[in-house]
Amino acid sequence: MSVLVFTESEGGAFKKIAHEAVSYAKGIADMMGTSVTAIAINANNSNELGNFGASKVLEVSNNDLNTFNAEAYADIITQAAKAEGAEVVIVTSSANGKFIAPLIAVNLEAGYVPNVTELPKSSAPFIVKHSVYTNKAFSMTEINTTAKVVGLAKNAYGVKENATDITNETFTPAINVGGVEVVSVDKATDKVTIADAEVVVSGGRGLKGPENWHLIEDLATTLGAATACSKPVSDMGWRPHSEHVGQTGKPVASTLYIAIGISGAIQHLAGINSSKVKVVINNDAEAPFFKAADYGIVGDAFEVVPQLTEKLKAFKAQNA
Amino acid sequence: MKILVCISHVPDTTSKINFTDGDTTFDTNGVQFVINPNDEFGLTRAMWFKEKQGANVHVVNVGGPETEPTLRKALAIGADEAIRVNTVATDGYSVAKQLAHIVSEGGYDLVIGGRESIDYNGGMVPGMIAKLIGANFINTCISLEVEGTSATGIREIDGGKETLKTSLPLVIGGQKGLVEESDLRIPNMRGIMQARSKPLHVKEPIAANAETQTTQFEKPAPKGAVKLVDNVDDLINLLHNEAKVI
Repeated sequence: MSVLVFTESEGGAFKKIAHEAVSYAKGIADMMGTSVTAIAINANNSNELGNFGASKVLEVSNNDLNTFNAEAYADIITQAAKAEGAEVVIVTSSANGKFIAPLIAVNLEAGYVPNVTELPKSSAPFIVKHSVYTNKAFSMTEINTTAKVVGLAKNAYGVKENATDITNETFTPAINVGGVEVVSVDKATDKVTIADAEVVVSGGRGLKGPENWHLIEDLATTLGAATACSKPVSDMGWRPHSEHVGQTGKPVASTLYIAIGISGAIQHLAGINSSKVKVVINNDAEAPFFKAADYGIVGDAFEVVPQLTEKLKAFKAQNA
Repeated sequence: MKILVCISHVPDTTSKINFTDGDTTFDTNGVQFVINPNDEFGLTRAMWFKEKQGANVHVVNVGGPETEPTLRKALAIGADEAIRVNTVATDGYSVAKQLAHIVSEGGYDLVIGGRESIDYNGGMVPGMIAKLIGANFINTCISLEVEGTSATGIREIDGGKETLKTSLPLVIGGQKGLVEESDLRIPNMRGIMQARSKPLHVKEPIAANAETQTTQFEKPAPKGAVKLVDNVDDLINLLHNEAKVI
């Protein structure tokens, strides 16, 4: 019996969500009186997972797996779970994590709960808390099966240091590449993604047109933030769909979310509710977003945002 | 090509979410139900396959009789036939089992589901169907072309997109991008009249146990009041010293 955690990496380096997932796995393992085994595919420096509580890491290294392949990855994690006799398998809520989790669940005949925000309320019965109704509520859900798959929400549990002696094992599973082949990957490598960002700067109709987006971009660059937008902005084609955040767009679970010229429709608020600190800049004091925000400035974005960018640059220079 | 579009019957995106029976049951009082938005993008793409490539499009829902207006709406948009599996949808796995059975029985080439339903946000049913029937699977699918038995899809990934080549039978978890928001169709009177006479088959469920069950719902803790400041210096100060996020 153990807790198995899939640790995502990119270009050999673990993502921050991998550290968070291991931290969470350690929390569950402690509740259940067992240890954490990580599985890493084509990652370097697997030992760093020991900093967050992993006792063992299964290392898979295979050139056929350099591009993500859901079928193959799910199959490998299934084999690892069986080899380890894992009772709980932890995956993250990244695009890739959500792709593979249902496949692993069927393979293992395991109940699966995504978007889990906390350690289980109890391990027997196994009851986890997860967000539902697009962050408008939570469900306490019991998983009835022997094997369980838990999808961890991003930025909910946090990264927790927990130095643990770690052993590495080479794991050589059968590789089943399945019937879906990647032809090409189109990914901006110089931009912070909404999924990975600590800070997200988001613009709405209040910016009046795509030609004013340099205000958003300059502020985002200053903060090392990802840029996002409201639904009307993407529907009007001012910004790409990939930047649309909200109920039918991308969910945001950043540490800081800055909304500029966004009124705060209920669907938008649902999508960004998991962000920790929300700042709203809007010239309409009655904008519903102020009710959902932590901090706000009632003012004209065209005046406030450039000031904020300049002052933040000075602040960053001073605190660098 | 035979296409099955899986339709979730969900509260409208503007719904206020409340619970009854000691926070164990969703309160449907005053809530309007709609086709799950992610499914509607898929249904609209299916209409394109019907009109351009002669596909036959069926829609399916797992649920009680109260979900039939949602299926009728899908018929009014243009689906040829509807199926309702007559059982309460309990968890993602049991729904996927019912749907996998329908897919196998009906010999569908393409199964279009949504990336997630906006009620449970499970995002698991399409992937589970694919695994249960041994079909190929593309999640967060934002573009799909089918030529004979080959398919090309584009998948949204964190920070970009990926172009994928695969073959039928195929299951996708679809979303906005499959068609544009402006392509979505509001049923017209003719469609609504036709929908009344289109077949809506009610099928009894197969045995499928739920693997998970909700024991209780909770609402998020009420939020404190917003702190309004009138200059950016104060804002930076609060973000640094109070919120400690910069």
